[in-house]
Amino acid sequence: MSQYILRRLMIAIPSLLGISLVLFVVLALAPGDPFSELATNPNVPPEVQAALRAKFGLDDPIYLRYLHWLAAMVHGDWGFSFVSRVDVDTLILQRLPTTLYVVGSSQLLALLIAIPVGVYAATRPYSLFDQLANTFAFIGFSLPTFFTGILFILVFSVKLDWLPFVYTSVPGSGIPWLLEMIRQAIMPVMVLGLFQAASMTRFVRSAMLDVIRLDYVTTARAKGLGQAKVIVKHVMRNAMIPVVTLIALQMPAVFGGAIVTEQIFRIPGIGSLLISSILANDTPVVMAVTFVFACLVVLFNLIADVLYGWLDPRISFR
Amino acid sequence: MFDNNLRGMIDDVKDGRMDRRAFVKRMIAVGLTAPMANQILAIGGVAMAQSPNPYKPTRRGGGGPLKLLWWQGPTLLNPHFATGTKDQDGSRIFYEPLASWDVDGHLNPILAAEIPSIQNGGLSADAKTVIWKLKPGVKWHDGKPMTADDLVFNWEYASDPATAAVSIETYSGLTVEKIDDLTIRITFKKPTPFWANAFVGAYGCIIPKHLFAEYKGGKSREAPNNLKPVGTGPYKFVEFKPGDLIRGEINPDYHMANRPSFDTIEMKGGGDAVSAARAVIQTGEYDFAWNIQVEDEVLLRLEKGGKGKALFAVGGDIEFIAINFTDPNTEVDGERSSIKTKHPILSDPKVRQALALLVDRDSVKKAIYGRAGRTTANYLNGPEEFVSKNTKWEFSIEKASALLEQAGWKPGSDGIREKDGKKLKLLYQTSINGPRQKTQAIVKQACQKAGIDVELKSVVASVFFSSDVANPDTYAHFYADIEMFQIPMTQPDPALHMRRYHSRNIATKENKWQGPNFPRWANKDYDAAVDAADTETDPIKRADLYIKGNDLMWQDNVTIPVMHRLAVEASSNTLRPALSGWANQTDNLQDWYRET
Repeated sequence: MSQYILRRLMIAIPSLLGISLVLFVVLALAPGDPFSELATNPNVPPEVQAALRAKFGLDDPIYLRYLHWLAAMVHGDWGFSFVSRVDVDTLILQRLPTTLYVVGSSQLLALLIAIPVGVYAATRPYSLFDQLANTFAFIGFSLPTFFTGILFILVFSVKLDWLPFVYTSVPGSGIPWLLEMIRQAIMPVMVLGLFQAASMTRFVRSAMLDVIRLDYVTTARAKGLGQAKVIVKHVMRNAMIPVVTLIALQMPAVFGGAIVTEQIFRIPGIGSLLISSILANDTPVVMAVTFVFACLVVLFNLIADVLYGWLDPRISFR
Repeated sequence: MFDNNLRGMIDDVKDGRMDRRAFVKRMIAVGLTAPMANQILAIGGVAMAQSPNPYKPTRRGGGGPLKLLWWQGPTLLNPHFATGTKDQDGSRIFYEPLASWDVDGHLNPILAAEIPSIQNGGLSADAKTVIWKLKPGVKWHDGKPMTADDLVFNWEYASDPATAAVSIETYSGLTVEKIDDLTIRITFKKPTPFWANAFVGAYGCIIPKHLFAEYKGGKSREAPNNLKPVGTGPYKFVEFKPGDLIRGEINPDYHMANRPSFDTIEMKGGGDAVSAARAVIQTGEYDFAWNIQVEDEVLLRLEKGGKGKALFAVGGDIEFIAINFTDPNTEVDGERSSIKTKHPILSDPKVRQALALLVDRDSVKKAIYGRAGRTTANYLNGPEEFVSKNTKWEFSIEKASALLEQAGWKPGSDGIREKDGKKLKLLYQTSINGPRQKTQAIVKQACQKAGIDVELKSVVASVFFSSDVANPDTYAHFYADIEMFQIPMTQPDPALHMRRYHSRNIATKENKWQGPNFPRWANKDYDAAVDAADTETDPIKRADLYIKGNDLMWQDNVTIPVMHRLAVEASSNTLRPALSGWANQTDNLQDWYRET
């Protein structure tokens, strides 16, 4: 087992190197300039813009810049943002809690909806409940979050005036602070959670249906076990194996944030950091966020594989 | 009563516990005249109430929170590193210059005791020195006094190339020396009629020497106070998250009486302009939103029965079409649009004149900019004394067609004019931006009617405005026949604005396209006018020189002004912000208050 994990980690190194190289080259080839805002400012002569480019090493050849970046990364130095002149790790750590809170809650909400609804729908296939659940699931994952987000804002903020649509960090502490934090997170969590829940419900339902018709389930029923016990202990446990994999693979997204939703609700998360850095051509930040994301995907893939074997002992590690 | 009591009363006024007017009344009661009472206050360290902005609150604080929404959040808080206006706006909450620009483009003293003038001996007749006197008793947020040493340090800091300050140009070509603790002398290398650049406005914000002295030059990025500003401003720093949030609290020791009015300040970043306008005008979640570049139609709809309104500030920002005087399609020594070539079509003045007749400024205003634009024939649109009254514009397809006929361009079989077998075809580029693409469409339509085939091209803004030498799509390379964008006027003086088109500033491969004269226009009369204005100390003669420059550009159709653009802000109905088209939005933040 530990040998297997070690081997997988060794394999991950060249693939991460490859990913970083591709990311870096693509970003370096992309046109643009972090100092383009200075261009039309008559107070700032173009030489200043050029001097800044030179100082931050933007005029060096690509391979040299990549090697500099890699060497620094190995030493744990993530570089600094050209735009805010702050260390990249500080920027990311500042944004991480918000993303974990909002995207994490929405994943949790999705699970809380998807598992009960999916399981119940699978026990009564083609019943009225199943039909309704299916219809809503289809609507749910057909509507993109940028649409539902704006729809929610129009209904709950503009028309009804119940919820704020600008997410901001609230000063203070105690119960009122907690309530405010929850209140402003309701809309983004709903938008993201319902979208996730829709596709996950479909997945849980089909996983359950695959298992529920197997012979051992009939055997369990023949033993005289109650419906609840059969479903929870015998069907669900096996049906959840692919679901667990799916959830594990979605975990990087919890850290990576939700670009569109964060932008709509002005959530200061990793997703909005990424998009504003891309728009500002702030290469070190874009590089760090995407690379960390790549590492998380590789890591959670490994975790999913390990979990798989633990849930289903028939699978062995070789 | 005197002495001890008087001291106490002066302190009361200083701290805002007593109204200036009440103080003057009491002094009159004991037999002093009002100007004398004011002098006592000035000597006692209370600033003269010179600010032209109306200000009603009679005490400091108590105004509750002020919530600002900047749809591009400030990314850094060191005014010398501020890349965009958003960063300047954020820094300005905590840092202050000696003076800022008011609505009419005049100086309003902030940290200065008075505005230098010839009369008060602050300015010399040869325009080579300026003497600034600081307001006494100003303290940094950490309690240390602000002195002339801080000003000298700011000059050393910003003018050192290793610091990589964006404000380097503002502080070069001059020296700053300390006369005494509250007086400095700026000496320019050559006569500088526009002397109010260093220590004034956005790049004039002053950082404390005692916190930044160790971080001058190469170590500038490591200063911990880059993220934790300690300034002299109306609000003290609480929290900063780059690109997301700035929070501040009232400065109880602020150097202006009764100011500021708000207890806390929050500047939230992110999102887009439309939803920012919505949060202020429609739902009232925020008090003020910055730079609302939204179609006027949308704003009018939001304003109906809303909680806020749009505000417009007049400055000198100009949206215009520039004409390429060189040939973008011929390569000379590895360079297109080289000054060794002449544009095959646009070098004919009649064609340029025809083009100017084909830009329907009224339609552009009506369909796109609305209240946020004014039609103009001038490139230079402010301040008032610099605006030419000799120019005019009109929209006429007939006149344009007639001019093209005269120039020998006859309609071909496909309706496109041609001359010597060459089609009248132009490439028209701009940056990607909703209003610009609509303007392109309006111009193209009119051109088509006059028999000019216009090809439209739009480039992502971050590329179009980049200084990337290798990228041919930047505005400076100008590998197109005409191009359109906006040049902001960041200070109420035309010097920088007009110097751009001097023939020594032509953008070429040799200067890596850093020369700001991108139309590559060369005119001896214009050069002479701008050169003369640079050192002319008589304000009236100087204004005439700039008007002459503007008129030369108009006669030669170097640029076709599309719209004199106003700054658009969204504000709650109860907020009374002090705004100026010549300054950044937060430049007069100390004068903001809420009507109750």
